Amino acid sequence: MTPEVHAPSGLELDRRAYRRRQTARSVLVSLGSTVVFAAVLVLALRSSPGWARVQESFLDPVVAWESLPRVLDGLLLNLRVLFVAALGVLVLGLLLATLRTLRGPVFFPLRALAAGYTDLFRGTPLIIVLYVVGFGVPGLELFGRMDAAFWGTVALVLTYSAYVAEVFRAGIEAVHPSQRLAARSLGLTHGQTMRRVVLPQAVRKVTPALMNDFVAMQKDVGLISVLGAVDAVRAAQIEVAHHYDFTPYVVAGLLFVAMALPVIRVTDWYTARLRAREQMGSLV
Amino acid sequence: MSDGTAPVLELRDVRCAFGDHEVLRGVSLAVRRHEVVALIGASGSGKSTLLRTVNLLEHIDDGQILLAGADISDPRVDGDRVRARIGTVFQAYNLFPHLSVLDNVTLAARLVHKVPRPTAEARALDLLSTIGLGSKAKAFPDTLSGGQQQRVAIVRAVVTEPELLLLDEITSALDPELVGEVLDLVRRLKDDGATILMATHEMAFAREVADRVVFLDAGSICEEGPARRVLATPSEPRTREFLARVLP
Repeated sequence: MTPEVHAPSGLELDRRAYRRRQTARSVLVSLGSTVVFAAVLVLALRSSPGWARVQESFLDPVVAWESLPRVLDGLLLNLRVLFVAALGVLVLGLLLATLRTLRGPVFFPLRALAAGYTDLFRGTPLIIVLYVVGFGVPGLELFGRMDAAFWGTVALVLTYSAYVAEVFRAGIEAVHPSQRLAARSLGLTHGQTMRRVVLPQAVRKVTPALMNDFVAMQKDVGLISVLGAVDAVRAAQIEVAHHYDFTPYVVAGLLFVAMALPVIRVTDWYTARLRAREQMGSLV
Repeated sequence: MSDGTAPVLELRDVRCAFGDHEVLRGVSLAVRRHEVVALIGASGSGKSTLLRTVNLLEHIDDGQILLAGADISDPRVDGDRVRARIGTVFQAYNLFPHLSVLDNVTLAARLVHKVPRPTAEARALDLLSTIGLGSKAKAFPDTLSGGQQQRVAIVRAVVTEPELLLLDEITSALDPELVGEVLDLVRRLKDDGATILMATHEMAFAREVADRVVFLDAGSICEEGPARRVLATPSEPRTREFLARVLP
């Protein structure tokens, strides 16, 4: 076979030109509609009767600039807490999910414990878990003095591992039973089957859902401020009181969005890649 | 054969590539009304891709595809309307697991062709009964055998009376003892005058049912002609080689 290069026919060149024109047209239309939409939004906001006062008390550039260093400092604490909490959630969530898949009457207490745990912590508002863990548990005087950020991390891990355990469990159940049969018929034990065959497939299936929970946790990290930890939200609060202006809250909000964006983009990219693989490149 | 009208399907020098890999290298082919054409060839020879390009599930990179004389490879053509005129049956049945047999069969009639539900269901039940599946109308696909599922899939494809039926290796996923019932149904469709383009590994069936056989090799038509002639006395060495491998 000679590697001859096929020269496209006039007809095909016409088709390609048409497709290019269509693409160019839809890009123009989307650009135009976006600009018009944004303009309408801005005009509507600016023509509202209270705009001048809102602008002054929420969007003051001087206050924003002056409060930025402190709020950024606080955000570093949020990042540290997020990192530790995410690791804790992964480990505890996976453990809980695995406990719930154990079979046999011997494991009933463990299964029941795991089920009760997820019921309890998925049902309780995070803020209440924070109060109980942050103010109640230290009162037991079983542990040395820990700072607010530590108890905040514990509360986040408790709540989010309950959600993540359910996500993992859904993934484990979505792996086709024939995979388990195949692994067990090779002589693998239940544990080996879970670790080497079921979990790798389950994790791949639920990665987008897990990343979504991660984004949710990223912003809920800001709630540790109720325990007195000086994170971005708390720092903003202090700056609000100092300047007698709400702009620092907006600054903190934007910083949280900026922190979440990379993860959101990666999630989108990963989900698109999964989808592309499943559709085998077809057009519909 | 020629009745003066355009063929139901005509491919003119169709090319299709995935990246650097040319899957179809200039395929020209016509399927006339009431004709059954079998595509044979090794895996990877381009049979399935050819069917997918006809169904506009894959862009072609050059050439033309005409359905009843009209160019459907023109990007101005609405692909959904074209696909509504073509019936397709897949190797893995692809029935919708969340719908009953009856709903699977009537879905397109109701949504795409706007047939009122009672009319669509009456026609579907009629067709299902003629192939002995009337009692399964309320059943869900996963309670059926592979052969039953594939026959439901065929009924789903023909219930809207498409101008052309594409069958993509519809017996490859079936147990040998279930192949017969599916092929019986195809035989019946042929007798009713259906126009069929099918990719198949069943040489005996191709010999019996197909009017013509087209042998694809590495994305080009290597040999084509009347089924009995091509399968009994192939003239191309590549065809002989392929048939020697697949025929017992």
